[in-house]
Amino acid sequence: MKIAVLSGKGGTGKTFVSVNLACAAESAAQSNLNSVYVDCDVEEPNGNLFLKPTNIKKSGVNVTVPVVDNTKCTGCRKCSDFCKYNALAYVKDRLLIFNEVCHSCGGCIIFCPQKALKERQREIGVIEEGISGKTTVFSGNLNTGEVSGVPIIKELLPKLPDNGSVIIDCPPGSACTVMESIRQVDYCLLVAEPTLFGVHNLSMVYELFKLLKKPFGVVLNKCLADEENPSEQFCKENRITIIEKIPYDKEIGRLNSQGLVAVRENGTYKELFERILDKLVKESLQ
Amino acid sequence: MKIVIPAETKNKDIPVCPSFGRTPYFALYDTENGKYEFLDNTATASQGGAGIKAAQLLVDNEAKVLITYRCGENAADVLNAAKIKILKAQDGTVQENIAKYNEGKLAGLTEIHPGFHNHGGNQS
Ligand code: SF4
Ligand code: SF4
Repeated sequence: MKIAVLSGKGGTGKTFVSVNLACAAESAAQSNLNSVYVDCDVEEPNGNLFLKPTNIKKSGVNVTVPVVDNTKCTGCRKCSDFCKYNALAYVKDRLLIFNEVCHSCGGCIIFCPQKALKERQREIGVIEEGISGKTTVFSGNLNTGEVSGVPIIKELLPKLPDNGSVIIDCPPGSACTVMESIRQVDYCLLVAEPTLFGVHNLSMVYELFKLLKKPFGVVLNKCLADEENPSEQFCKENRITIIEKIPYDKEIGRLNSQGLVAVRENGTYKELFERILDKLVKESLQ
Repeated sequence: MKIVIPAETKNKDIPVCPSFGRTPYFALYDTENGKYEFLDNTATASQGGAGIKAAQLLVDNEAKVLITYRCGENAADVLNAAKIKILKAQDGTVQENIAKYNEGKLAGLTEIHPGFHNHGGNQS
């Protein structure tokens, strides 16, 4: 079962929920099923701060970009006219190539009548694979300054096993990287805060899911017992499944600030997250 | 010599357009004859790299000076390669900025902002 964990913006506890769900699946992992955590938040992968994986194997992620042979280029501009992303400019008898803007479509290379353009591999980030307890940990890292993390996610997803429990920690927001991350998942879990701002985010992502027709539910994070919860109201009004309410308490704050996984430290949280996982399995089978 | 300024409409008496890559027009002022011409900015509809394309348009029209509020890194690379000077616009109309230029009162644009691309998306 593949579960994507999402949030409208950063800071709602998306990584907290993802990491703990993955670790809650470890007890099931004893029966030879996999427990896998995947960090697709490639601009800021934080899961490793909690999981601290060991035996890390790294591999680079490359994209193909054009290089120009200036001795062959005649300045006809067929390439730059073709490029929809404006990655090419022709200035003072030279072709300028903006690698960060290039989408690796390869069109310019085919179009150049002088065969002045060739392919070159350029590394935009790395993928790490390691192990934490019984959980296999994948993490995508986009190099700073790079624009799109999509190629990294495209390379991560095929590495995931089909059986067992796979938790995908998605990038925040609703950008292309999110679309890519949830493509093959069985269920989407949204983490929402109990604030008006949280509702705003929730409604944005909710609109997206309605269109995508993916099964989804919400966990309400940072809930205080006797306070109003606008996110909860929003869910009820729109008949969105509330999977669970995670209470906010000092203990969670302490464990988080020390980079510890709540499920591994505390029996109550272990039960809580195992319960969430159970519900997710049932929901995704519906 | 030609000076360009991003302009919201084809009019020299309106304020300088705050955007560079996605400005609807560029006012092109010719110091030789004191005349204005207006270029359609073909980059406005671009999926990405609008700044690069807009800069290419200025290069192709042989501009020597750009007066603007903002300019992205990539666009600045194109403009620098073509030795087009980038000056910071001041509050006021297109024409007033030309006047300030003539008085030597415009400084170089120092903040070149990193690319602003609509994907990859950290929205926090
Ligand atoms: S490969 Fe495609 S996106 Fe990249 S520069 Fe060439 S035409 Fe543009
Ligand atoms: S299409 Fe080829 S020859 Fe023409 S400008 Fe581009 S690189 Fe140069």
